[in-house]
Amino acid sequence: MTKEHFIACHECDLIHRLPDVPVGGAARCLRCDATLYRPRKDSLNRTLALAIAGIILFVIANTFPFIGFTIQAQIRETTLATGIYELYQQNMGFIATLVLITVVVIPFVSLCSLLYILIPLQRNRVPKFLAPVFRLYLFLKPWGMMEIFMLGILVSGFKLIKMASIIPGLSLFAFSILILVLSTIMTTLDEHIIWEKIDYP
Amino acid sequence: MNQQRSTARKTGMVSCSCCHLLCRHTPAPAFCPRCGARLHSRKPESIARTWALVIAAIIFYIPANIFPVTHTTSLSGVQSDTILSGVIYFIHSGSWPVALIIFIASVLVPLVKILILILLLISTQFRWQWRPVERTRLYRLTEAVGRWSMLDIYVVTILVALVHFGKLANISAGSGAVYFAAVVVITMFAAETFDTRLIWDSLGVHHDREE
Repeated sequence: MTKEHFIACHECDLIHRLPDVPVGGAARCLRCDATLYRPRKDSLNRTLALAIAGIILFVIANTFPFIGFTIQAQIRETTLATGIYELYQQNMGFIATLVLITVVVIPFVSLCSLLYILIPLQRNRVPKFLAPVFRLYLFLKPWGMMEIFMLGILVSGFKLIKMASIIPGLSLFAFSILILVLSTIMTTLDEHIIWEKIDYP
Repeated sequence: MNQQRSTARKTGMVSCSCCHLLCRHTPAPAFCPRCGARLHSRKPESIARTWALVIAAIIFYIPANIFPVTHTTSLSGVQSDTILSGVIYFIHSGSWPVALIIFIASVLVPLVKILILILLLISTQFRWQWRPVERTRLYRLTEAVGRWSMLDIYVVTILVALVHFGKLANISAGSGAVYFAAVVVITMFAAETFDTRLIWDSLGVHHDREE
C-alpha cells in the first residue's frame, strides 16, 4: 500500500486509509465528520463544459446593463463597471475595489484558470503550471461572490420599486444563469482527480 | 475502516493544507512535493492571528453600525440610513422577507460569526475537551455563511450606481459601509487563520464519533 492511499483529515488531523468511494458517495472523517473525499461523475468533461459556458456568460453579464431605472422620464441603466466607477468617484475606493475584486476579477480569473487546467487535461495532457494555477484557483474560491451580488440586485430592486419602475437588463439573465453555472462547478469539480495528475518525487 | 487511529502529527507526518497529500514532517521549512504549498503541521500562530483579527473586527463593528451606510437625497430632504434603520425601513414598507434577508446577512451573521470565533478561540486556548464535534461543526458554519454578509455592500453599490438624478433623487454611500466591508473581510480572514485541528489536539485519539 502506497502513501497516497492514506489521508489525514484536514479538520482534525486523524489519519484514514482512503477507501474506494463510489460516485455519489462520500468518505467522511470517523472522528469529526468532515468530508474527506467525494468523487464526482465525469468530473473533467462536465466541469470543462460549465467553465466554457461560464466564461461566455461572464462576458455577456459584464458588457450589458443589468438593471435600468426610470424616474420622471429619465432613464438610467447601469453595468457593473459603471457602478463600481461611480463608487470610486465618491471616494469609496476601498468598497469599489472590493466589489471589483469579488464580483469581476476573481470569478474571471477562476474561470480562466479552470479552462487553463481542464482543456489540456481533457486531451490527456498535463498543463505546465498545473500546480500553481490550481492552487490559485483554490485560494480564490471563497472570495468569488457573484451569487451574493445577484441577491444584492434583487434586494436593491425591492428597495427601488417604491421610487420608480425597474427594467431588468439583458445581462440580468446572463447573471442568473452564470451563478447557477458557477455553483454547479463547485459540485462537479473533483479536486482529488486533478491533484493526482501531477507527478512528484 | 478499522485501523489503528492516530493523527498525522503524532506519526511524524504533515498533511498538505492545499492538496491534502500526506508528507513526512521535517524540522526545516518544507514545501509539498506535489503542489508546492508551504507545509505546516498546524496553521502558523493560528490562535494569536485569529484573536488579532477578531479584535479588529469587533472594533470596526461599532462604527459599521453607528455610521450611515447610505445617504438618500430626495425632494423631501436628505435621509441617512444605518444598517439597522435600513432593515426597519423594509419592515415598515411591508417587505418582510427582504427585511429578514438583510437582517440575517448584515446583523446576525457578522455578530454570530464573531461570537463563535471567540468561543472557539477561548475553548481551544484553555484546551477544553467539551463537544469537539459540535465545535468543529460551528466552525464549518461560520466559514460557510460569513461571505453572505457582503450582501449589504453590493446593495449599496447598486443603489449608488442607479439612483443618480441630482436633487430629484440621489443615493450616495456613507462611511458606515466602509467599516462594514472591513468587518466582513476581516472576519473572513479570521475564519481562514483558525485551525480546527487545534480543537482536537487537546483530546486523545480515542475520542471517536459514536458509530
